[in-house]
Amino acid sequence: MGSCGKTMTAQALKVEDLSFSYATKKALNNVSFSVAAGECTILLGQNGAGKSTLFSLITRLYDTRAGKIELCGFDVKQQTRLALAKLGVVFQQTTLDLDLTVTQNLRYHAALHGMSRKAANLRIAEELERLNMLERRNEKVRQLNGGHKRRVEIARALLHQPALLLLDEPTVGLDMPSRQAIVEHVHKLASEHQLAVLWATHLIDEVYPEDRLLMLHKGEIKAKGTISDVLQITETDNIGAAFKQIAKETVL
Amino acid sequence: MSLLHFLRAMWGIVGRELWRFIQQKERFISALVRPLIWLFVFAAGFRNTLGMAIAPPYETYILYEVYITPGLIGMIQLFNGMQSSLTMVYDREMGSMRILLVSPLPRWFLLICKLIAGTAVSILQVYVFLGIAWFYDIQAPLQGYLLILPALILDGLMLGALGLLLSSFIRQLENFAGVMNFVIFPLFFMSTALYPLWKIQESSALLHNLASYNPFSQGVELIRFALYGQFNQQAFIYTLAAFIIFMIAAIIGYTPSKGMMTRKGGD
Repeated sequence: MGSCGKTMTAQALKVEDLSFSYATKKALNNVSFSVAAGECTILLGQNGAGKSTLFSLITRLYDTRAGKIELCGFDVKQQTRLALAKLGVVFQQTTLDLDLTVTQNLRYHAALHGMSRKAANLRIAEELERLNMLERRNEKVRQLNGGHKRRVEIARALLHQPALLLLDEPTVGLDMPSRQAIVEHVHKLASEHQLAVLWATHLIDEVYPEDRLLMLHKGEIKAKGTISDVLQITETDNIGAAFKQIAKETVL
Repeated sequence: MSLLHFLRAMWGIVGRELWRFIQQKERFISALVRPLIWLFVFAAGFRNTLGMAIAPPYETYILYEVYITPGLIGMIQLFNGMQSSLTMVYDREMGSMRILLVSPLPRWFLLICKLIAGTAVSILQVYVFLGIAWFYDIQAPLQGYLLILPALILDGLMLGALGLLLSSFIRQLENFAGVMNFVIFPLFFMSTALYPLWKIQESSALLHNLASYNPFSQGVELIRFALYGQFNQQAFIYTLAAFIIFMIAAIIGYTPSKGMMTRKGGD
């Protein structure tokens, strides 16, 4: 898991000059950034900043009209299937089937990715084990708590060994220990398995010192880079202040 | 991207749908109760009011219950098609549709898998219904039960595709009541499900025209003839054409660049 393969480019995700409007409202304006293998990029933005639109475009729920999105060098619009095969997603809402067991949910996902039953079982065991969820594999999802559901969704997103993991506010509504466990697990995946991670949140305490930041406000990227880069750009001394600063100003 | 991938995905989607259906006992029962009420109550009540002349595919005088049985099969499939459309809207609101749409498979294929899954569920219901009707003395020639299978597949696909098409237009779950009033009822009542065409002609020429061009009528006729071992070519071509048109429109409706998805995102 975690890399695009030998022949591919180093960037797991590359977004270039991306703009998008709904009927009346501009949602994204000239957004460009990239996420490399092993890198955990935190996308910070308030509600309405354009995070969901960006994710919908990367996952090709909407079509890119202006600009370009590449996953491992595959254009999401032109080479959709090759690109999507490199992508694992954890959506904001729970998207598990509550009446099916953990294993049934994961097998469904594996089937969509064309994995054989044997390969699927192997990967399911591996990922659940990593999240300490293996012994609960035969329980119905309905019986799990919020944190455990999230873990299953992360396991699911990783089954087909994607190069990029997208997480859309995955810790919303979880208690502190569950949140911490998930934040820690995902950071570990990035560093140990060379997985590229793009994590959307508005909770600044989920940022690790080595993370890269992407600050989105009203559809525009106001600051990006390492934490010190961002602090320098915003002339602040902590991320919280930088975040506030950006929300306040229209142009930096 | 191999054929095997496609087959595994199809089995995954169809298997999930069947499994969910079997688990939801209430849905299964209510899907059966509806046509059975029509058969046991409505048809029994009308038995003496409506005289049935001998018309193909029937070779003798028949009871009204016998006449409406294919119509009720159509009704099962109609409700099922709309039910899967409802599921699509629900899945979209709940987000589980996204899991399907981000899988590395073409959208048209995913939609066809959904369609096959819905059709399989409806055929299961139809055979249970026919089994109960058998004990109520509504018995077709035995081979008819095998011969209707292709007709059920085509009719199920056609009505399912209509449901998919509608689901690409429906913004929210709440709008589904409108589908009942503006789609299910007109399709069902302006059709040959409850009364034969010549009967309708006696009362209204307009209604007769509407009923004969109604794709649901053609699907019902296809099933009616198949049940008596006959092939109704006109109904077959009409149902097939309607399926193709609905399917293409539904695929366009779900294509990111052309369809409705982008507009829906504006919420």
